[in-house]
Amino acid sequence: MNLYRAHVLICGGAGCLSSGCKAVLDKFNTELKAHNLQDEINVVETGCIGTCDLGPVMVVYPEGIFYQKVAPEDVTEIIEEHLIKGRYVTRLLYERPASGEQIPFYNEINFFRKQQRIALRNVGLINPEVIEEYIAQDGYLALGKVLSTYTPEQVIQVLKDSGLRGRGGAGFPTGLKWEFTKNAPGDQKYVICNADEGDPGAFMDRSVLEGDPHSVIEAMTIAGYAVGANQGYIYVRAEYPLAVQRLEDAIKKAHEFGMLGENIFGTGFSFDLEIRVGAGAFVCGEETALLASIEGKRGEPRPKPPFPASQGLWGKPTLINNVETFANIPVIINRGADWFKQIGTEKSKGTKVFALAGKVNNTGLVEVPMGTTLREVIFELGGGIPNHKRFKAAQTGGPSGGCLTEKDLDQPMDYESLVAAGSMMGSGGLIVMDEDNCMVDVARFFLEFTQDESCGKCTPCRVGTKRMLEILTKITQGKGEEKDLELLEELATSIKATALCGLGQSAPNPVLSTIRNFRDEYLAHIREKRCPAKVCRALLQYSISSELCKGCGLCARNCPENAISGEPKKPYTIDQEKCIKCGNCLDKCPFNAITLK
Amino acid sequence: MAKANCPLPTSNLSEILDKYKQSPGSLLEILREAQAINGYLSREVLQLIAEELGIPESKVYGVATFYSLFKTTPTGQYIIRICESAPCHIRGAQDVLATIEKTLGIKPGETTPDGKFSLEFTSCLGLCGVAPAMMINDQVFGNLTGDRVREIINSF
Repeated sequence: MNLYRAHVLICGGAGCLSSGCKAVLDKFNTELKAHNLQDEINVVETGCIGTCDLGPVMVVYPEGIFYQKVAPEDVTEIIEEHLIKGRYVTRLLYERPASGEQIPFYNEINFFRKQQRIALRNVGLINPEVIEEYIAQDGYLALGKVLSTYTPEQVIQVLKDSGLRGRGGAGFPTGLKWEFTKNAPGDQKYVICNADEGDPGAFMDRSVLEGDPHSVIEAMTIAGYAVGANQGYIYVRAEYPLAVQRLEDAIKKAHEFGMLGENIFGTGFSFDLEIRVGAGAFVCGEETALLASIEGKRGEPRPKPPFPASQGLWGKPTLINNVETFANIPVIINRGADWFKQIGTEKSKGTKVFALAGKVNNTGLVEVPMGTTLREVIFELGGGIPNHKRFKAAQTGGPSGGCLTEKDLDQPMDYESLVAAGSMMGSGGLIVMDEDNCMVDVARFFLEFTQDESCGKCTPCRVGTKRMLEILTKITQGKGEEKDLELLEELATSIKATALCGLGQSAPNPVLSTIRNFRDEYLAHIREKRCPAKVCRALLQYSISSELCKGCGLCARNCPENAISGEPKKPYTIDQEKCIKCGNCLDKCPFNAITLK
Repeated sequence: MAKANCPLPTSNLSEILDKYKQSPGSLLEILREAQAINGYLSREVLQLIAEELGIPESKVYGVATFYSLFKTTPTGQYIIRICESAPCHIRGAQDVLATIEKTLGIKPGETTPDGKFSLEFTSCLGLCGVAPAMMINDQVFGNLTGDRVREIINSF
């Protein structure tokens, strides 16, 4: 084995892939060879380091220097300056958003320093395609411990004691779910990993699957032993091809190492895994729809009970957990329930991964103890709102959740307090919105999504959400009436009470939550026919100031509808009938003579 | 991905069917692999699958049309899937979409006359950290702007 004097960890997560990390990686390998350093310096392609917006990112050890937005052209400089001469390449260092102060060390950047990584422990640290790197991080230790020294009951007891709850949305106690499945009568049982992460704005599961697939495989095998199953399925969405590829690779290697398949660790216990790839249906994240999909049917949900723990896949008792839940389990086994339950709040133990997206400086994934406040997550880890804009709201729980506003910034975030604040934990997506976002538009947008994804099986969801969407669309077009708000609330209440599955039952939440928190904004659309955030196109009006306009004609030449007319050197005018509100004129005007109302 | 108009390679299809025939519930796998042959699932392909599996054609068709990633009409060589979910929406996905529409002269759901590009919406790609984002076949692209998207399309 080679001992290296330095390690260069290059993020190979999908975010950095999209910004070109492969070219940086290739360049590193060729340049290291050119400098004859390939035996001294090791380049590792890791999973997602977390700061997607700064990609491609890398960390250079032993110092732990974090470089951002690295281009292939920067590689030679990093090698010659940093790795040979020991001088940091300062222009690639992270800068604190507010002050511009440079922070060279990974551990001193708030985004990383304030995290406590359990589920994401190896993501961004190891090469997910090298099983030895996972093993070196105590990988498969928990499985060995469980198979050689625990009874299934003891495993379940550890989970119950730890207080771990499902990270996929509902927050059901994981230990109890395992116990129900174990105690359900039947010889054949199944373990399923729900990796159909579909909530817009949530991408932690993708990151775990791509960056640490063995943690899921190990946990599922432990689950198989605990509940008495010999077969597992990972249902992963087709939109994540890299995750599928990494999982396939990891399953193959786990087989080769005797950690999956027949007679694991020579203990006589056998468990195997198969990947099932979805085909583009959000509703398949709902567990009964997911079961139908694995069985090769249309992914339509069915009423519960019976719950999957008693009648799941092919009618057999089935344990279904989400990716992040599974990723916590090996650590809980290794470090014990007492350690785990010290982290978090009274009823929500451990950590939660949040996916920061939208109008926030540092987008990406952060894992923090349950009970961390929204303010800490958005302003300390996330570095605040870009361009000195004002924070307006944060949507948690995706299209099933609600929005949190300024008054909720200091609320500790855990399962209960998020529900009390009118939202929900969901899978941990956190979409930050600033003053430029219209909340009516956002509500309409979420509803459009759930409407589109409704499977159509039950009437409240199929028809009800459609009617709600029509009303919201009307409001954003300036055709709303005051009684529409009442009607929306009435429809929402009955859909929530009568829809068949979680998708329909939670679809009205964003509407209710925005009406509750931003009633004024709805009323401005309805009474004044005005969109305060200047988003809803039908309500916008562009006009040319006759004082500022110099009559250059640039706006008229750029108008796609020929809606602007005038004579050279005299003020131009916009024909409001023809204007499609594209905003081209505003962008092009060199004299700031065009205003938007 | 193969060209949209190449003939039905029945031999490949029967290989796929042989591989999965014995394992229950593998209709989705069969459809996915069958689609990979031609880029879409033609009526003939669906009929053949139904016959071989001994299930009604209506059921196969029902499954194929339930999932948005199965296509029953021909698609282009490159499928541009633009993410229009909330994080991309609030960071300007509409403008990116408008640029693609203008550059290629097609709207979502359509294919360019030369059969090179199809444009469609996708559900969240999980690339919210680099929104707005899109995929072209299996390749991911983030932090899109009008200029960048034009550059990307021209590189294909």
